[in-house]
Amino acid sequence: MNTTTRLLLVALLATGVVGCAKKTRPVMVDRVDRVDTTTMTDDTKPMDDNDGMYGPEDLDSDACLRQRVVYFDYDQSDIGGEAGAILACHAKYLKDRPSAMVTLGGHADERGSREYNLGLGERRGNAVSSALQAQGGSGSQLNVVSYGEEQGTCSDTSEDCWAKNRRVEIAYTAK
Amino acid sequence: MRKIIATLLLGLVACAQAFAQGLDIEIVGGTPSALPIAIVPFANESNAMPPDTDIAQVISADLNRSGQFRSLPRQDVIENPSVGSDIRFDTWRMLKQDFLVVGRLVDGEAGSYRIEFELHDVARQQRLLGLALSARSGDLRSAAHQIADLVYEKITGVPGAFWTRIAYITSSGVGENRDFALMVADSDGFNPQSLRRSSQPLLSPAWSPDGRRIAYVSFERGNSSICVQDIATGSFQVVASNRGINGAPAFSPDGSKLAMALSMSGNLEIHVMDLASRRTTQITRHFSIDTEPQWASDGQSIYFTSDRAGKPQIYQVSSGGGSPNRLTFSGEYNARVSVGYDGKRFAMAQGNRNVYRIAVLDRTRGGGGEVDVISPGRLDESPSFAPNASMILYAAREGGRGVLYSVSTDGRVRQRLVLAEGDVREPAWSPRRLR
Repeated sequence: MNTTTRLLLVALLATGVVGCAKKTRPVMVDRVDRVDTTTMTDDTKPMDDNDGMYGPEDLDSDACLRQRVVYFDYDQSDIGGEAGAILACHAKYLKDRPSAMVTLGGHADERGSREYNLGLGERRGNAVSSALQAQGGSGSQLNVVSYGEEQGTCSDTSEDCWAKNRRVEIAYTAK
Repeated sequence: MRKIIATLLLGLVACAQAFAQGLDIEIVGGTPSALPIAIVPFANESNAMPPDTDIAQVISADLNRSGQFRSLPRQDVIENPSVGSDIRFDTWRMLKQDFLVVGRLVDGEAGSYRIEFELHDVARQQRLLGLALSARSGDLRSAAHQIADLVYEKITGVPGAFWTRIAYITSSGVGENRDFALMVADSDGFNPQSLRRSSQPLLSPAWSPDGRRIAYVSFERGNSSICVQDIATGSFQVVASNRGINGAPAFSPDGSKLAMALSMSGNLEIHVMDLASRRTTQITRHFSIDTEPQWASDGQSIYFTSDRAGKPQIYQVSSGGGSPNRLTFSGEYNARVSVGYDGKRFAMAQGNRNVYRIAVLDRTRGGGGEVDVISPGRLDESPSFAPNASMILYAAREGGRGVLYSVSTDGRVRQRLVLAEGDVREPAWSPRRLR
């Protein structure tokens, strides 16, 4: 991860946390995940006309909810501070919308054996699942699928690429 | 040493040109203790079509790959006897050869070839082996591998493992256009055929003990599931598709059971499935990751990877369950064990500070056994023993892609098998074939 991306992420997180807490208007940001976020919702409507509850449109517009990837350290499944902020708003979304469903895709970097990495991807997915449940999400809304090292976002043999691949992707299968 | 390598390379230049089907070969080391052997080109005395295979060349390449032999380069084979009575032993003694193989093709039954060959001890001027095989024109490579097996066994006392196959996974393309394939080829990489293709990941191929079926993991259903496919007919069955991980299949030595790693209980554990009833029994119970089961050859115990002590290490547990014993103590990270047929040698991917190499634990040496690192890469993984434990296949990364190597178990001779395009990974050496 280069410095620019890092700074951008920090900036995103800052706006994201504020977005979750105060439901301010969405801030235009770069994409940080594979989810298509180019279509912005109608932001002429006040965002907090719903008692501070999230609605489906917030998935595309809310700066925090738009972050769908959580990263991990090597051979670790601990959720760091940055990830905690992202998960807090997704947990709130799941709580606000009991019909929403999420698949948590767990991934590992290329080092070590493939089957062990499947286990590691699942452990990371489970860690995210637990964090979401601890903050109000329900286990029945969450499905963990581990892809191990099979679906890397990059394939270079470098610390940068490995860091991008050690991740859990949050995918909404029902909004 | 340099001379030996040069000799080996020279001997392989001719072979390399014969490789039309994508896998390329290169010997990267040599061993001073390799036995010198001359394989004389087989004479064609049949009335059938000229053979499409240079049998002597296939035998030479096989024996060289084992690291235990170095065959005389073709240009140094200055006489061409095809039967024992034509051999002038002085010539071969002058060329410093310990052994000599001669042979010929004659007409067999119903348009097939009859391949006659003899193995001689040069110093004793003694015939060690004289046999004949029958083969159709498309089967000459198979016949040559079988001859290499017989020669190897006569000299070393251990059956050869050249007439075997390898399974592996290939991946090409990126993103939405990725294409995964489960492949099977001869042990020297020839005759590759795809058993299954998918846009979703395929992994962990494992042979049944009769060599007729391959179990593997597929993501074609969105999540991992375990399939068993018949090689000859292509028909396959999904045997495990539970919630969570369905991974790491391994056939029991009698073929009736499949060990696997399942996380349907909420945590990844080793299970054993009875293939007839599809009933599974949970073998391990621990909150850590337990995966990659491999059977001991007597079927009484299962080796597996577990990070119950923090980092992954290899453990052994009774195949009926119970409390596991730790097998590996050297190296920060040990995973994906392959068990030699004698149950005394174990190959694994060993990680130390970001470098992953193939290590062999040899329990015939020292008290608790000794560990040798036998590969030089940075991301070497997936070792698989030949059925006679003389060689190991493994996967490495070079220039941003996956390649396969075969290496002699002492680590002295390595040969790279490179697919023309894409990643090649997860080699699995087949069991011995029945003649």
